[in-house]
Amino acid sequence: MRTAKHEIYYNAMMVIGIGMLILFSIIPMFGVIIAFQDFVPAKGFFGSKWVGLKHFQRLFILSEVRGAIRNTLIIAVCKIVLNIFVPVSFAILLNELRVLPLKRAIQTIVYLPHFLSWVILGIMFTNIFSYTGIFNQLAGLLGVQPQMHMISNSSFRQIIVGTDVWKNFGYGAIIYLAAITNIDPNTYEAADIDGAGRWQKIRFITLPSIKGTIVLMGTLALGSILNAGFDQIFAMYSPLVYETADIIDTYVYRSGITKMQYSFSTAVGLFKSVISFLLITMSYVLANKFADYTIF
Amino acid sequence: MINSEPNNSRPALAARRKSGLHKHRPSDYVIIAILLLIGFICIAPIINAIAISLSDKTSAAMGQVVFWPKNFNSAAYEEIVKEGRFFHAFGVSIRRVLLGVSISTIISILMAYPLSKSPRVFRMRNVYMWLMVFTMLFNGGLIPTFLLVKSLGLLNTVWSLVLPGAVSVYNVIILMNFNKGIPPSLEESALIDGANPLQILLWIYVPLAKASIATIALFTMVYHWNEYFMGKIYINTLDQQPLQTYIQGLSVSLTTQQMASLTPEEIIRKLAMSNVTFNSAKAIVSMIPVVAVYPFLQRFFVTGLVMGAVKE
Repeated sequence: MRTAKHEIYYNAMMVIGIGMLILFSIIPMFGVIIAFQDFVPAKGFFGSKWVGLKHFQRLFILSEVRGAIRNTLIIAVCKIVLNIFVPVSFAILLNELRVLPLKRAIQTIVYLPHFLSWVILGIMFTNIFSYTGIFNQLAGLLGVQPQMHMISNSSFRQIIVGTDVWKNFGYGAIIYLAAITNIDPNTYEAADIDGAGRWQKIRFITLPSIKGTIVLMGTLALGSILNAGFDQIFAMYSPLVYETADIIDTYVYRSGITKMQYSFSTAVGLFKSVISFLLITMSYVLANKFADYTIF
Repeated sequence: MINSEPNNSRPALAARRKSGLHKHRPSDYVIIAILLLIGFICIAPIINAIAISLSDKTSAAMGQVVFWPKNFNSAAYEEIVKEGRFFHAFGVSIRRVLLGVSISTIISILMAYPLSKSPRVFRMRNVYMWLMVFTMLFNGGLIPTFLLVKSLGLLNTVWSLVLPGAVSVYNVIILMNFNKGIPPSLEESALIDGANPLQILLWIYVPLAKASIATIALFTMVYHWNEYFMGKIYINTLDQQPLQTYIQGLSVSLTTQQMASLTPEEIIRKLAMSNVTFNSAKAIVSMIPVVAVYPFLQRFFVTGLVMGAVKE
């Protein structure tokens, strides 16, 4: 009796949030029907002509879309690999640092870029990689000819991946640092007594102890294989590097919002959403099975 | 024979660990050097931008500024103050942050409490939970969301920046996991005193979860301050544009046709005329709010991350 009364309160507390979710997340899911129409805003969802899979067929023919899918995969896979490798290495290195004030100072500095926007960082990196920027000056010391890297198809992807790692490796290392902190110090002491060196301790104690965390993060990252980082690329790319930097999301934006091809760009977006959904679900199932990870 | 090995017996090691008197080996200095370099690489682009913003335009465009201003002057910052648009956009962003953070945080607090109950007490719990997780996994995509916001008449209002992302399922889950750790005996004694769930939430859960609530509020703040894309698609009137959207619009100073038709030398000359110092100064000023809350963020985000990662 009393619980039933409480449930009324509980439901009331959920109402606003669930209502907003239904309005802004669930309803747009039904909006994807326009991918199967030639949607004209004036005619609405029910008045527009149904065209079946026309837009999906076009999707696989257009070389622009194929290029965008390829760029997305290349950039995302490079980011996933490096965004595990670099934070793990950094966490292990930082753990070896015994000077505590210095350790804290370094942590404070390396976490900061994670909280800066890509718009701001875009301005900074445009300066750094410009023709007269620091990067070319440094490369000049090694005898490399200056280049306009931000508009060059041969270096733009490297800049995208590199600056993303730069922004996020410190923050990404937190979870590995937490895992390292959980290692029993007695293990290291025992290894000291056995005469183990620094490298041996890293290899036989630290790395095996955080292996589970690494595998878990890698599995969860599978779900973002079609997310190459829209905010970053949109803030840094230009038409001159579409060939190597145009990703699915930027393509959807340009064909949908700029050129107003609503139906076609919804089809491209839906293609991405469906594959992402399958990948994320799969990665959660794997993470749950092998690492007992639960979302809720 | 003299034993030159360090005394590695357990008590000796423990004593050394306790006193912090580790003998520094050469490899320690290598590690310190590498970490200092990494730290420097993380801060270098920011120092570079500060130096450029405080230099004169020509030196900056010629690439003569590295980490120290050349021909020091504050003209770029004076220009920002004189130009009303920057601070107008700054104001829009502040309004967006205040609205966005209060709405999102209140919704998260309200949802996290009932969801922390077991399905035996709150039968609908798992239905809501699955619905929420589903919205995390799948979305309708850019265009359907855009058409919805448009048909609701939210375009060109601050609400288009605040409402579509108002419910952060991730934040709700973080707070819910924290609530699960609060001892049920506290709630039970309040129930005996005749309190209803809303009173229990406000009197018991909210005060205990203050730190977690602060964490998600700060993260939401940073999100709303940095987000620029919604401002790009939902706002067409300049005087409603948030700061990051306004700055993003500036950074594209050369059009494509210009870039494609010019030789590198001509592009350099064009770029020399574009306002490198002004843009850098804008980047620096727009960073200030995030840097100002960063010390608080840092205090909380480690707990936040751990809460988000370690479940149940």
